[in-house]
Amino acid sequence: MSAVPTDTSLKRVPLHDLHAELGAKFVPFAGYEMPVQYKLGVLGEHLHTRTKAGLFDVSHMGQLRLRGANPAAALETLVPGDIQALKPWRTRYTLLTNDQGGVLDDLMVTNLEDHLFLIVNAATKDADIAHLKIHLAGQATVEPLPDRALLALQGPAAASVLSRIAPSVAAMAFMTAADVSFDGIECFVTRSGYTGEDGYEISVPGMQAERFARMLLAHEEVAAIGLGARDSLRLEAGLCLYGHDIDETTTVIEADLAWAVGKRRRTEGGFPGAAIIQRQLVEGAPRRRVGILPEGKAPAREHTEIRIGDGSAGQSNPEPGTKKIGEITSGGFGPSQGGPVAMGYVDAEYAAVGTAITLVVRGVARPAQVVALPFVPHRYFRG
Amino acid sequence: MSETRYTKSHEWIRIDGDNATVGITAFAAEALGDVVYVEVPAAGKALAKGKEAAVVESVKAASEVYSPVTGTVTEGNQALADDPALVNKDATGDGWFFKLTLADTSELADLLDQAAYDALVAESH
Repeated sequence: MSAVPTDTSLKRVPLHDLHAELGAKFVPFAGYEMPVQYKLGVLGEHLHTRTKAGLFDVSHMGQLRLRGANPAAALETLVPGDIQALKPWRTRYTLLTNDQGGVLDDLMVTNLEDHLFLIVNAATKDADIAHLKIHLAGQATVEPLPDRALLALQGPAAASVLSRIAPSVAAMAFMTAADVSFDGIECFVTRSGYTGEDGYEISVPGMQAERFARMLLAHEEVAAIGLGARDSLRLEAGLCLYGHDIDETTTVIEADLAWAVGKRRRTEGGFPGAAIIQRQLVEGAPRRRVGILPEGKAPAREHTEIRIGDGSAGQSNPEPGTKKIGEITSGGFGPSQGGPVAMGYVDAEYAAVGTAITLVVRGVARPAQVVALPFVPHRYFRG
Repeated sequence: MSETRYTKSHEWIRIDGDNATVGITAFAAEALGDVVYVEVPAAGKALAKGKEAAVVESVKAASEVYSPVTGTVTEGNQALADDPALVNKDATGDGWFFKLTLADTSELADLLDQAAYDALVAESH
């Protein structure tokens, strides 16, 4: 067992002191000192979010505005999503692609009429900003918002809690946005999240983030939740973690994110890697991201080797568990599932739900099955 | 009379003559968080001092548990398979990992006594 090293060069989020007061354990993440868990612990925080409401600080993520004559058309030169069809105050998930159809980042885009609001990953935000500036020069300007905090309130009680402070948020549907004042704090709110639960992401001026967070934490349903539970929640919800489940080497189609390629964009193209993505949409990709349910109780972590066969010899399976067909990209214990859950990439011929596979965990072959995602059904509020 | 020694990697070993019981310390269990899976060695397995002997997993990560001494496993704690949370509830009692027969009692001299381990933990805070 080894200790986590401390690093004094890490950046701090506006709520750092509040996290410390709440008993957070901090870890370095994407250059920030971030709360990985509080006193409830990862297991308790995960289950609390699924039954009540969890408050997450994701202020390390990048928030930016994209302005220009037609910022949607400009952004479409870098993403496969149909951004021009995005109605005002609607939010969409999309991807910055590279020339190989791989993923530079995944992001949320909201149409705020005279500009677009983007939320990007923490580890990639500097590269994203540079990428947008270089490729959209002359078409759109990029305005990073480093002074804003970003909080997420997630779980079945999120709507009732938040609407006690500002009743208008109750009627917001999943993937819509609004400017909302919470006791005089002007926020930008989307009904979205990264847990599979109903909830909101709230962009709040950094200076007022602590007062806002305390306002939420005053409700008995709300507990502070760290990055540990955020990861197990999103894994059960089947959502990709950038740098693990998707990266520059995984194409959008391999990642099973074809739904994020707009219908018009499939025929028109006009984004990096379009030719490869269009071809894979027709012919299929050589490998696919799938859900993986290990049998038994042993978690199978990232980089666990996946082999074909259930490990038992037979006519249909002359060489049990000998051929490598892929690797797990996210795996662990799912507290709501009550057992191990994982996702990973397998060769396309083995991607069908129900396929028996073998996971090599610490040298031991363990049976598992390809399953449909998510492990825990999404509970978004569709209005 | 049994006595307890510790490793720098946060295992405890309770020694009773040539036999001993091994687990992870309450400090280690607290640092790991909620334990969700434990893999203990089977009886008869030969363990080497400082080498991997068992695995303990939290929601977040898997960690190795090292054998404090060289010896042969006489029993793995099967109760941990059904209730891994025993490690958090009672790290130095019901949450034990395995029992073994010592190959060389002179190895015990390399281990930390209670005062030395307490000092190590105090430094980690």
